[in-house]
Amino acid sequence: MAETESRKRSRDSVSNTLIVAFSLSLVCSLLVAGAAVLLKPKQLQNEAEYRQNIILDVAGLAKPGIDPVIAFASIDARMVELSTGNYVDSPAVEGFDPDAAAIDPELGVRITAESDIASIRRRARFAPVYLVRSGDAIEQIILPVYGSGLWSTMYGYLALEADGNTIRGLRFYSHAETPGLGDQVDKPAWRERWRGKRLFDADGDLKVEVIRGAVAEAPAGVVDDSTYQVDGLAGATLTGRGVTNLIRYWVGPQGFGPYLEKIREKAEQTS
Amino acid sequence: MSDTRRILIDPLIDNNPVTLQVLGICSALAVTTSLMPALLMCAALTSVTAFSNATISSIRTRIPNSIRIIVQMTIISALVIVVDQLLRAYAFETSKQLSVFVGLIITNCIVMGRAEAFAMKNPVGISFLDGLGNGLGYSAILIVVATLRELFGGGTLLGYRILPLVSDGGWYEANGLLLLPPSAFFIIALLIWAIRSWKPEQVEQADYQIHEVHRTGVL
Repeated sequence: MAETESRKRSRDSVSNTLIVAFSLSLVCSLLVAGAAVLLKPKQLQNEAEYRQNIILDVAGLAKPGIDPVIAFASIDARMVELSTGNYVDSPAVEGFDPDAAAIDPELGVRITAESDIASIRRRARFAPVYLVRSGDAIEQIILPVYGSGLWSTMYGYLALEADGNTIRGLRFYSHAETPGLGDQVDKPAWRERWRGKRLFDADGDLKVEVIRGAVAEAPAGVVDDSTYQVDGLAGATLTGRGVTNLIRYWVGPQGFGPYLEKIREKAEQTS
Repeated sequence: MSDTRRILIDPLIDNNPVTLQVLGICSALAVTTSLMPALLMCAALTSVTAFSNATISSIRTRIPNSIRIIVQMTIISALVIVVDQLLRAYAFETSKQLSVFVGLIITNCIVMGRAEAFAMKNPVGISFLDGLGNGLGYSAILIVVATLRELFGGGTLLGYRILPLVSDGGWYEANGLLLLPPSAFFIIALLIWAIRSWKPEQVEQADYQIHEVHRTGVL
């Protein structure tokens, strides 16, 4: 009895408390750090494959029974220097991390407050584009886009037709918007509404917009305001505004504007 | 032997953590819209409960009383992070659906409850079995709820079409309510009712009786 009593006292002593707390923290941190480090490559690979599937999906190339790896191999991934709109060979598309590049003093630039409509503060000087070709001709252009919604930075892909103006699809793959309200941005019903909408009007003005409420759709073939408008999300006005802003930023002069300009010129020449 | 077996079998029905103790309900609502994430969640919770029980039990004589809860929490959190990392590496798609709920196993009352109530007082072997049993008890309920919700809410099981939907030219009109969180409450409540009708000894004594109030007419 006396022995257990003394054992109890030594167990509850300050020194033992400190020893247990310290050694437990050490062991647990090693365990957690070990798991994180060992599994990192596998997780990054999953992340990359997931993004490839999203790109295939936004391009309408994800079909059951088709191996995504093979389907993705047919997509031409190129790096674009945003300020000039030219293709460049370095940095390589493979392993390019836009977030890391944005804060890199060499690869990133600060965005001035008045042009930072997507509220991202910094961006990389380069960005990948994904080209879907049929034969030699470009069929679709898929651009990575991101910007602030209500709570979070939303990351997605915007697929454009070869004219560099008509939207083929928009899909977000990472965001933390309000469940049930803002998270409708990645629901199929709303994604469907982007198909066929246009970014710029005939004068080259950026008109695309998520409006509040429903769009009064024009009859097929007629171009009016509804050609550039997408239904708002009920209860998610600010998320919708975020989507408008981030698309406008990324297709605008600060983003892929110069690149899309070249695409449009080329499309006009060939037509 | 029969004792050891009871530790493992009891939590399945007779002492089920969800239907008798009504613990771990939050995640039972959140991850049961379809069967696949529910199965993954069950595996995650069962392994965390079993291993945290075993770990805590193995150092129980060394844990100072004053910091025992935080020690338990630290062990549980470390295990949960490891499980989360494993899921992200090997079950990526489903782990995306589970989102925060794997992390929230840390706060699951079942894990904490078994650590404090059982593992602190019992040897390693049976503590492990106790954790395993309670995890399986939780799993049993989750699997029933998820099966009902996915089958009647969406007409599929594990993504395979079982009941052809009217919208695809079949005959089954999907019950959308089952895909919403409250339906899990209804199903769990019905399960509790069913189990307690079968085993009346689980019915608790009322803490107090509600008497009819006689108004005197003056307020």
